[in-house]
Amino acid sequence: MAMEITQALLAAQSPDGQTRTVAEANLKQFQEQNLPQFLLSLSIELSNDQKPPESRRLAGIILKNSLDAKDSARKEHLTQQWVSVDPSIKFQIKESLLRTLGSSVAEARHTSSQVIAKVASIEIPRKEWQDLIGKLLGSVTQAFAPGSLKQATLETLGYVCEEVAPRDLEQDQVNAVLTAVVQGMTSAEPNSDVHLAAIRALYNALDFAQTNFENQIERNFIMKVVCETAVSKESAEIRQAAFECLVAIASIYYDYLEQYMQTLFNLTAEAVRGDEEPVALQAIEFWSTLAEEEMERQDDCVALDELNSPLLHFHFVDKALESLVPMLLETLLKQEEDQDQDDTVWNLSMAGGTCLGLVSKTVGDKVVPLVMPFVERNITKADWRSREAATFAFGSILEGPSVEKLSPLARSGFEFLLSAMKDQSSHVRDTTAWTLGRVFELVHRPVSGDPVINEKNLPGIMTVLLDSIRDVPNVAEKVCGSLYFLAQGYEDAGPASKALTPYYESMITALLSTADRAGISNVRLRASAYETLNEVVRCSYVPDTLNTTAQLLQEITRRVMHTVDLQVVSSDDREKQSDLQALLCGGLQVIIQKLGGSEGKSVILQMADEMMMVFLRVFGCRSATVHEEAMLAIGALAYVTGVDFAKYMPEFYKFLEMGLTNFEEYQVCSISVGVVGDICRALDDKILPYCDGIMTVLLKDLSNAMLNRSVKPPIFSSFGDIALAIGENFDKYLPYAAPMMQSASEMCMHLDTSDDDMVEYINQLRRGIFEAYSGMLQGFKNSKPEIMLPYAGSLVQFIEAVFKDHSSDDLVTKAAVAALGDLADALGGRIKELLVGSPFYDELLSECLLSDDDVLKETAGWAEALIQHILQS
Amino acid sequence: MAPPPDHRRPIKRVAISDQQRRRELALRVQADRRSDAQNRARQLASSVLSLGPVTEVEPELEQEQEMSDASDQSGGRTELDPVRAASLRGPEVRRWFATQLMLPEWMVDVPPLLDSDWYVFPRPSGKRCFVVSSNGTTVSRLRNGSILHRFPSSLPNGARTKDVSGPSSSYSILDCIFHEADETYYVIDMVCWRGYSLYDCTAEFRFFWLNSKLSETGASDPPSQYHRYRFNVVQIYECNLIGLQAAYLGQVSYVKDGLLFYNKHAHYQAGNTPLALVWKDNVCSQYVLDTDNQGQIPSQQQVVLELQNDGSLTTSDDPPVALGCLSRDMIAQYGLRVGNLVRVEVRDDSVKLVDGKLDLGDLQLVGKPNRSRAFADTYSKVLFQYAARRAPLRIEDLVASIQSNPSVENSQALDIEMEG
Repeated sequence: MAMEITQALLAAQSPDGQTRTVAEANLKQFQEQNLPQFLLSLSIELSNDQKPPESRRLAGIILKNSLDAKDSARKEHLTQQWVSVDPSIKFQIKESLLRTLGSSVAEARHTSSQVIAKVASIEIPRKEWQDLIGKLLGSVTQAFAPGSLKQATLETLGYVCEEVAPRDLEQDQVNAVLTAVVQGMTSAEPNSDVHLAAIRALYNALDFAQTNFENQIERNFIMKVVCETAVSKESAEIRQAAFECLVAIASIYYDYLEQYMQTLFNLTAEAVRGDEEPVALQAIEFWSTLAEEEMERQDDCVALDELNSPLLHFHFVDKALESLVPMLLETLLKQEEDQDQDDTVWNLSMAGGTCLGLVSKTVGDKVVPLVMPFVERNITKADWRSREAATFAFGSILEGPSVEKLSPLARSGFEFLLSAMKDQSSHVRDTTAWTLGRVFELVHRPVSGDPVINEKNLPGIMTVLLDSIRDVPNVAEKVCGSLYFLAQGYEDAGPASKALTPYYESMITALLSTADRAGISNVRLRASAYETLNEVVRCSYVPDTLNTTAQLLQEITRRVMHTVDLQVVSSDDREKQSDLQALLCGGLQVIIQKLGGSEGKSVILQMADEMMMVFLRVFGCRSATVHEEAMLAIGALAYVTGVDFAKYMPEFYKFLEMGLTNFEEYQVCSISVGVVGDICRALDDKILPYCDGIMTVLLKDLSNAMLNRSVKPPIFSSFGDIALAIGENFDKYLPYAAPMMQSASEMCMHLDTSDDDMVEYINQLRRGIFEAYSGMLQGFKNSKPEIMLPYAGSLVQFIEAVFKDHSSDDLVTKAAVAALGDLADALGGRIKELLVGSPFYDELLSECLLSDDDVLKETAGWAEALIQHILQS
Repeated sequence: MAPPPDHRRPIKRVAISDQQRRRELALRVQADRRSDAQNRARQLASSVLSLGPVTEVEPELEQEQEMSDASDQSGGRTELDPVRAASLRGPEVRRWFATQLMLPEWMVDVPPLLDSDWYVFPRPSGKRCFVVSSNGTTVSRLRNGSILHRFPSSLPNGARTKDVSGPSSSYSILDCIFHEADETYYVIDMVCWRGYSLYDCTAEFRFFWLNSKLSETGASDPPSQYHRYRFNVVQIYECNLIGLQAAYLGQVSYVKDGLLFYNKHAHYQAGNTPLALVWKDNVCSQYVLDTDNQGQIPSQQQVVLELQNDGSLTTSDDPPVALGCLSRDMIAQYGLRVGNLVRVEVRDDSVKLVDGKLDLGDLQLVGKPNRSRAFADTYSKVLFQYAARRAPLRIEDLVASIQSNPSVENSQALDIEMEG
């Protein structure tokens, strides 16, 4: 077998498709017939230095994939599978893996350390493989162990720390790990690979070091070693890793930093000014992290001021400000020639500007006088680097300081910024356009008494922006961003948004032609142009812009139609087509929503047929899935057309079902579920012919373990929508839907509420379940309310459980009280005994009646009146 | 060049995530609509129809309380708020309903763009009411909240019949005038249909919907066992010369009481609105001049106003307009209290027009109005009645404004005319 598996592993990587397929099938067969033996063979393959590196590599990969997966359901399955393997075989596999750490082949060592960590992630939380740490430490501390073994072992320790949670290791194990790691970092150890592995392992182990950091002596020692490593002469890689540790320490152990701050400031300043870029970037990152940490603490101070033990807040950034800001300003001058071409570029100038932005958010007004002299000194200099850095500095500090402080600067700087849009350097123009966008986003307050943008300067601004949108693509993209924020400033501004009306048409024209110009060669610019277009429409003042928007609607509809006819040969073409359709359908959705709720409703109604046809053709472009954006737009359209949407249903239905069954792309599924609700409200009982299909799919979705859990609460809500729409006809679904609701209610009571994400999920689920009950109670109320009687008890129980658990939010409480009222309303005297036996409702309603939330108060009052009526009758 | 650390977003990268924003907005909108839909079914079905009849005679004290509250609430309320309605009892029902109808102002000058932006129709003479159908029954309520009829109808869910389309809890609300002579409800507006609110729709759309939907139901058929009263749609005209003439002179099956003008773009708005106007003269109405308590036209104009605590008398507008005052002696003499409605006589010699605003000066108390009155007159009504006795706005003026594309001068001219 051993020989066979080597062959199979090699053949599975053959360039010949036929050979590959056969080999893959063989491996699969082996795996299915005898998994334990299969895994053991792989581990032996990996450990054997006589085997070719290719087969060992694949063996490692398959092992890893047999232990871990991204998908949580799959991972759970793999975990169970490993757990059930015979212990003696597991032991052999683990021994092989540990043996591989001493291999002379670096790649095999590396792969093995990853696999060991995966096994550890399953076993250590179960209190198995308790001697792993001991065994690893044995290799590191052994005086005569070869450097390669030490390096691999330290790497393994790091990975293990990454995989398991701090609560899963005993303190003495943590101590031992830290001791080993710190030893590996000291100069007593001659091998620099070991040093690097050690400092990286420390990075992963930091989470475990709480107790050690609380102890002054141990903390001093760890900090001393890390700081020494940060100036190690060995390699930039080692210094970079040491700074990464300092970044992590800044965020995990902020409370203990005070005594080291002077040292840390000096270290980071030296690195920023003199070290190689990767090291300098981490040194800047240290301050960015510190700034973020302090912002969070400021927020928490505000939120938690009633607690006795507020978080410590040392104002490190504030205290270092006078030296820190000049250091960051210097980095701004270290631009690269081509940095504007790449959105993800990360260099000294970017990191410095980003850090300066965070510093401004942390200290507010104080940063302004430290930065403005730099801006003034450099903004007119002859070399582009000075001018760009000056503008970048100004743009970076616009968030944090007060609008009062910034307005005068922005106002007096406008003229200059606008003229800089003609600067000969495209870097300067790029940054200037970005800065203008920041001013619009952060300093512009159109409804304030003295807005930065007013009728006097707006014409000049618009002239420059509409001109500069024709600049080179990177500048044009920033100009789109400026227009986006300029428009956004007028969102919800009522008649104040009329200010943009005179430019509405020219903005639309400019954005459309920018999108055309960008075409497929610059998808980022095209996306920015369309997205800005959406914002401009969304924030426009409809009475004035109705006609132009109606024309735009036709134009975009035409453009979507055009995408359908694009020639699609490759999957790449398909993706491009789909991306463009996403942008355009997004635009249609925005227009439908904007006009549908206002004077423009008739425009949407007139165009409904045409749009629907286009959406159906967009769906037709793909076979297995539906277009998420088109789906969203259809939901908006259904709401506007109301019952007339019925005529589209025969054709639309199959795509709706396709969306509802797409659990791989759960966003698509989720949006489709939302559209079911939109359609229920639009069609009312006209949705009946489609309900068998919809309910079948929704019920299947609920019991599908692979479906992302976030889709499940809206499915329950949609049960309510359907029941409300079709009334008594829901009776045939009730025997299927109600038990699902009951078991989900049960589940809510037993989920772990220590995790914030989980609490949020539970609350969404609760709300969905209550909305389902409400919709059903209301739907059956007039024809056969008694059909809900068997579920009354579990609903009341659920309401009680939610009431007694204090993790529920206001929305849940509201939904619970509404469901209680609906229950009383629908079933009346039939639930009298139930109510008498559940006195908690009185407390619940009294609590709600005292709430500040008017809606909750009114709902509670309504429910109370209904219950009183029952009890008195 | 290395990318930035995972969680660090470069400050210069423009972070427009339009799609996420749209997704979130769409979800929020959906959630709102779901709760709207559930609330509507919840509230109206279970409450409006089950509200008890209003006691016709109430202690004086209660009525006072009611009046002051009603004026407090009139601001900012634009839509039926049935959560509130569910908890209302007795006199509160009346107050609540009283604030829900859209009430036309009286036309004292011609609005601009009459021919392009307005509809006109002959107003049936009769009782203005809300008709609500739901749960197998139909109820009509007068402006003061009292029930006019409770009956079966062919409106959606308006009778207990087998053929129910849609959830029977869904309700419809029509704005009607009940015409006694032919026992017909003339529908002048549609507020909700099959549970869907038309509040936020333009008049243009509401009338379109009214015309197409009402005919689908058989509500316009002659009365039968499950359909006690007939519902007729009023013919609505574009307010051009032809339309105006048809509305003004055309034969209709009911007794006309003036013309109603509706602005095409206006949403249904509870309370007084200048986007719906009423106008009348002797040709299209038997009741141009207001009558007194005995149903006679008094020799001098009489108006009903509300007493404020500083002795001033105000209209029912929001905010109220003070038109004059009563002396302390008279208040004491009649035992009047703040919030009381009083009927007063307008005396020519004390009337002044200041900056285009009417000031009635010292007023002669004639008495208290009928108990069933819930509100004082509006300013536009007082002004219209005042003008009607002196220099009325004539049909010729309306015609002229349509022909000449009315302008600012026109309305100023009217103001001046009225001074004489």
